[in-house]
Amino acid sequence: MTPGQPPQRDRPWVFRTYSGHSSAAASNALYRGNLAKGQTGLSVAFDLPTQTGYDSDHPLARGEVGKVGVPICHLDDLLALFEGLPLDRMNTSMTINATAAWLLALLIAAAERTGVDPRQLQGTTQNDLIKEYLSRGTYVFPPKPSLRLISDMVAYTVEEVPRWNPTNVCSYHLQEAGATPVQEIAYALATSLAVLDAVRARDDVPEASLPRVVGRISFFLNAGIRFVEEVCKVRAMAELWDELARERYGVADPELRRFRYGVQVNSLGLTEAQPENNAIRIVLESLGVTLSKRARCRALQLPAWNEALGLPRPWDQQWSLRMQQILAFETDLLEYEDLFEGSRVVEARTREIRDAARAELDRVLAQGGAVACVENAYMKQRLVESQTARTRAIEAGLLTVVGVNAFPETEPSPLTAGERSILRVDPSAEREQIERLRAFRTRRSPAEVQAALRNLGDVVANGGNVMPPSVRAALAGVTTGEWTGALRALFGEYRAPTGVVAREPGQASPACLAVRERVHALSESLGRPLKILVGKPGLDGHSNGAEQIAVRARDVGMEVVYDGIRLTPEQIVQSAQDEGVHVIGLSILSGSHEVLVEDVLTRLRAEGCESLPVVVGGIIPEEDALRLRRAGVRRVYTPKDFDLTRILGEIVDVVAEAKAAA
Amino acid sequence: MNLADDWRPGPRAAALLLLERVEQELPFPGAPRVGITGAPGSGKSTLLDALVRAYRRRGETLGIAAVDPSSQRSGGALLGDRIRVRSGAGDPGVFLRSMASRTRLGGLAESTRAGVLVLAAAFDRVLVETVGVGQSEAEVATLVDTLVLVVGPGAGDELQFMKAGLLELPDLILVNKADLGAPAERTAAELASGLGLSEGAASGAPPPVLLASARDGTGVEALVAAIDAHRAELLASGELLRRRRSGREAWLLDALLRRYGSYGLERLGGREALRRRAAEHAGSSAFGLVAQLSREIEEALRKGPGA
Repeated sequence: MTPGQPPQRDRPWVFRTYSGHSSAAASNALYRGNLAKGQTGLSVAFDLPTQTGYDSDHPLARGEVGKVGVPICHLDDLLALFEGLPLDRMNTSMTINATAAWLLALLIAAAERTGVDPRQLQGTTQNDLIKEYLSRGTYVFPPKPSLRLISDMVAYTVEEVPRWNPTNVCSYHLQEAGATPVQEIAYALATSLAVLDAVRARDDVPEASLPRVVGRISFFLNAGIRFVEEVCKVRAMAELWDELARERYGVADPELRRFRYGVQVNSLGLTEAQPENNAIRIVLESLGVTLSKRARCRALQLPAWNEALGLPRPWDQQWSLRMQQILAFETDLLEYEDLFEGSRVVEARTREIRDAARAELDRVLAQGGAVACVENAYMKQRLVESQTARTRAIEAGLLTVVGVNAFPETEPSPLTAGERSILRVDPSAEREQIERLRAFRTRRSPAEVQAALRNLGDVVANGGNVMPPSVRAALAGVTTGEWTGALRALFGEYRAPTGVVAREPGQASPACLAVRERVHALSESLGRPLKILVGKPGLDGHSNGAEQIAVRARDVGMEVVYDGIRLTPEQIVQSAQDEGVHVIGLSILSGSHEVLVEDVLTRLRAEGCESLPVVVGGIIPEEDALRLRRAGVRRVYTPKDFDLTRILGEIVDVVAEAKAAA
Repeated sequence: MNLADDWRPGPRAAALLLLERVEQELPFPGAPRVGITGAPGSGKSTLLDALVRAYRRRGETLGIAAVDPSSQRSGGALLGDRIRVRSGAGDPGVFLRSMASRTRLGGLAESTRAGVLVLAAAFDRVLVETVGVGQSEAEVATLVDTLVLVVGPGAGDELQFMKAGLLELPDLILVNKADLGAPAERTAAELASGLGLSEGAASGAPPPVLLASARDGTGVEALVAAIDAHRAELLASGELLRRRRSGREAWLLDALLRRYGSYGLERLGGREALRRRAAEHAGSSAFGLVAQLSREIEEALRKGPGA
């Protein structure tokens, strides 16, 4: 090192923060603020109606508009989202899947409108439907048409938007759903192979382009708290990807075989109890994907410390951004070559994970690949198993979570008290978005809209690429709901297998046996076994919690009607009546709990079923929980209630209370 | 449905009275009762969903009993059919009740028969879906007029089980997932020829083997037609009445055995006696009869052996 000269260092990864809420304008302000603070790329969070293809005024969108992300119904919304942000200089990651083709079309239309050459656009559409079926739940169409849409986008962007990553194969959500490192690697790679095989089979992609296509496949990984293992996991995955690219797709150029990936660190492990500890967890989790130069991420998103409580405020997001900046700019990490080259320990563990992942991938391929393993529920079942094992381990104290099952004592925290500790989406946001949408509809030419929709339907039905007619539709003023509706008419809607299988429960814990006794006793006095309905109202697709509850309820002897996701309050009440359940359990993580639960309670009253008890679980701030209980909800459970057996014991109490009161 | 399921003495007595009336007033032949059974993975829920759409298009109201196995250890059950059979959601012409098998390994809960009768009284057609393992297939055959076995491609084992007599011969076999092409077609062909060669078909002719794709909807109308044809056959030959009677008898036997065991049944005079009594009272409700026979058995047990 020359005195007076700064040391040579690598350029850091891209700093992103996953964000968006309320409206395009509000999100735009947030993005500009974050960019001014040193963020170097955008990561757009869309609200659930946008992700599932409904306009803000659709019945299913009620209570969901602008809650978990920004509502984008049409081109004007997208233009507002990027107001003042030059599209040719932004690197934008869009977390969008079922409607990815539409959002990219909107972006291309926005580029054209603002005089930017679409060829300059840089960024990513997440566009990984397989993981939606397995854990996130914002899919719309069945697997085959979904794969077709993904391959349409790959074929289109390779020529027309060459700096765009058309798909980000995700293992992030798999880990959030309980996947082990081996499963994360195997199932994500299986997905990438499904996409590449679909693209390869197309007539409009010449053999010579295939290496470039392979080179444009990027991944989105998770980084858990076991960061040593995570380093090995990423190294193993990079090796397997290189192998597959070379052997399966004949890619000769090593540059095109490089494993490119972005990361969001683990959020499942962030606790509601003593949430300040999450700041430490987030930093430590970053290490797994930054320490090893050979396996370093291209972009990093850090959740905020208070994710388990609710939406983060700008200050919370800033804190996470500063963590990245300190790691990148204050430490000497970026001054060195790979730290683990030649490490016996890391290389051994990497080999172990790699071999196991290859074997699991082969098992998936033997069954016909990722799509087949979605339809036959193989992957989903493995994930539910892993998640169940993790839940049990935490309950048994075999897996330590500081502040939850170890060291739960705490001083009163100065950080979490009160109404302003999380971001609250203003309820007027939904109303205003709907007003803007209605106004937009009056401004456009109905004839152009109809023509564009007809054109979209014709092209797609005849096997053409979905992108050109979608860009035309975007420019004509077609809305998100209309675009998706046209494709729903062609492809149909899909219900993914739940992976919740009727397998015999293993050895039950004493606590579980005790609750079982109580369930049997109460069932005797009820005249038939205790029956519970478990379901998710609204558009939130994160079904892991509901699935775990359903499985545990079965383990303690209840008859469980697991009704799945995307239910209307009307459907829930109908199911509850037809099935003759003794209690309803609702799971909502999207922040729309007040509207939806109130709707369910109102309908129950209207049907004369007000004595049917309701319990709710999800991401629910304490103040809201109070309101829900006052409205008649018997119990409210949040992430801090990690002991499922205990929850079910309380549900037995709830049913007994309701029976006594009847 | 709740009442029919209730085992407490008070509600049970009320239920029996109600069920007796229901059964008595049921016209013959009344609502067709169709059973759909098959191993997990055969796609029977998707097929059931397609059938729901087909029947609704014809304007028929449907009562569906979806049976899932109960855990022997915990007594609980995961009832996941509602989520797969979505075509009826929000449709007042479709009623779906999830039922757990409750007691025995693979068998059906005693209250399932009551449930089916209630549905037969209320709807144009009853569909009973069960997982084809163990006893449940034989038992569901006693509840329905037409039993359809759904198999996926590569169902070689099913054929072996059928030949060995381990599975009751269904009335129709549906090879699902025709959209997979050759494997499904091959399975259908193998089953058809294998069954043609096997003995033991009670009615002489082996069951027809159909090919369909529940997902695409192909072959579903043909299945509906085959079910209609089977019913017409049963009615014309008098077989339907015989089946309903023997199903009733099987349930009576089961109900009494569960309550009083073989010893109790002997007090009545054994199976032969039961058969005679069931035939004598062929026109009356099985629920009434089981209450009557229970009283007689209890009386006999009170009097002690040798009475």
